[in-house]
Amino acid sequence: MIDPRDLAVATAGLTKRFGEQVAVDGIDLAVPYGAVYGFLGPNGSGKTTTIRLLLGLAGATAGEIAVLGEPMPDRGREVLPRVGALVEGPAFYPYLSGAANLARFDAANPASDPATRRTRVVESLDRVGLTAAARKKTKAYSLGMKQRLGIAVALLRPRELLVLDEPTNGLDPQGTREIRALVRSLAAHGSTVLMSSHLLAEVEQICTHVGVMSRGRLVEQGTLEEFRGRAEAQFVVRSPDPAEAVRVLVGLGLATETTGDVVAGSVDGRPLPPAEDVVAALVAAGVRVRGFAVERPSLEDRFVALTGEGFEVPR
Amino acid sequence: MTALLTSELRTLFRRRRTWAMLTVLAAAPVLLAVALWLSGDEPAPGEGPPFFDRITQSGLFVSVAALALSIPFFLPVTVAVVAGDSLAGEASLGTLRYLLVAPAGRSRLLLVKAVAALAFAVAGIGTILVVGAGLGTVLFGVGPVPTLSGSTLGVAGSSGRIALVGLYALVSLLGLMAVGILVSTLTDVPVGAMAATVIAAIASQILGSIPQLDWLHPWLPTRYWFGFADMLRDPIAWGQLQDSLVLQLGYVAVLGSLAWARFTTKDVLS
Repeated sequence: MIDPRDLAVATAGLTKRFGEQVAVDGIDLAVPYGAVYGFLGPNGSGKTTTIRLLLGLAGATAGEIAVLGEPMPDRGREVLPRVGALVEGPAFYPYLSGAANLARFDAANPASDPATRRTRVVESLDRVGLTAAARKKTKAYSLGMKQRLGIAVALLRPRELLVLDEPTNGLDPQGTREIRALVRSLAAHGSTVLMSSHLLAEVEQICTHVGVMSRGRLVEQGTLEEFRGRAEAQFVVRSPDPAEAVRVLVGLGLATETTGDVVAGSVDGRPLPPAEDVVAALVAAGVRVRGFAVERPSLEDRFVALTGEGFEVPR
Repeated sequence: MTALLTSELRTLFRRRRTWAMLTVLAAAPVLLAVALWLSGDEPAPGEGPPFFDRITQSGLFVSVAALALSIPFFLPVTVAVVAGDSLAGEASLGTLRYLLVAPAGRSRLLLVKAVAALAFAVAGIGTILVVGAGLGTVLFGVGPVPTLSGSTLGVAGSSGRIALVGLYALVSLLGLMAVGILVSTLTDVPVGAMAATVIAAIASQILGSIPQLDWLHPWLPTRYWFGFADMLRDPIAWGQLQDSLVLQLGYVAVLGSLAWARFTTKDVLS
């Protein structure tokens, strides 16, 4: 159990209904300070709605929200200046330049110092690699440039919390790497990051915590290790003597499945026996082992297991 | 507050559309003055648009005649575009969510949008008056002008009266701005909000022209739109300006409260 005071974002029973439809269904989000929290879920699972509720853009039907220890949306005026956000894609005034757009959003923040605005805009553009395009009107920006500029808005001031809704959407591989590096450096400097994504590889690389949404519910939440650990691991033995291998594995209390010369051994619920004991047993029984591996299902397998397969948008 | 307002005005006046609308408004005095100057005839008293016949005595009055031409349609349309676009435009661009998480504050943003609409109306009316007076002076010169009551006004007096006419026009547009901003809080489609506001202005003028609906007339926002001639009497007849101010502020209070109630509680999902 985590102490709510250690949480940068905490919700209790957070619910949002649109008429009959329940978009967010009683979720208890817990994002510890300093975490890089990967907020996962298929399209339409309620991630963006949750983010809107956290930032006070939409009102909750029920439940409570605390961001940086303050209740939202009541304390938005105090909390939001400390939060940088990218919500459902970037948005700009197409007839203004990149720099003018940043200055506009900065001017909307009563906690921003106008004296340092110009410098902060320049620095922010530099951090996302848009210095060369600063004077260009944003209608001439590519999708990736807009995404970068959106992140630049979030970086206009030092932030304690960054809420980034699909930050690498529309970016090329280089851009994706840069954003990943940026998120890591933000976290290294003590910011908490709540990042929604459906790119599991990305989450696996930079997140410390994971929460999975499915049909408006938070179906799983915890550290990345816990999340991985909950996935059932198995031994995979490659051998020209599959029948022998099966006998040994069954002898060790494992359930097996044979496909050609590959034997997979798993246990249900209990921890696996140490791998070295299994190898020793196989060798002692004279099984010719050509390959041995401990395999965990990928994050993707785990994700699909939690959220279901297929293209269908829930309700 | 001031930073957000400065930014709002800068954004408004950096937009090409704003300048296009001011150009259209400037065209009214230009057309009027040039047409009269080219024809060379002196209009008979009462001929043409209101105050048309005074232009040849003092070119300053091009401004008042042009304003009289613009009040029924051009001015309300441009004001409706700015007021109707105010929040719906931000919503459709998606910039509204970024202003709110900045955090601009909903009440503050609404107030800033209202002030920006007012600033645009001042700019629009000012454009007509300044262009009209300037061009009129060049083409017709300035001279003493008889007021509607028969006394005579000098150049300084005329300029003061023209400014009062501008103020009268500004007051009469307050209610329409409130309509525009209210509609703008109700939709994410700026064109719809603009159209609805224009329709409100036109419908009110039509209703105002139907004598069988005279019970309704005191409540119409366009009720005093054409009373600005009172500013050109001697002494100035303040009655209609006062009534207009009360009516318009009533609209601002009622529609402004509705807009505030709506905007401060609405889910921003755009």
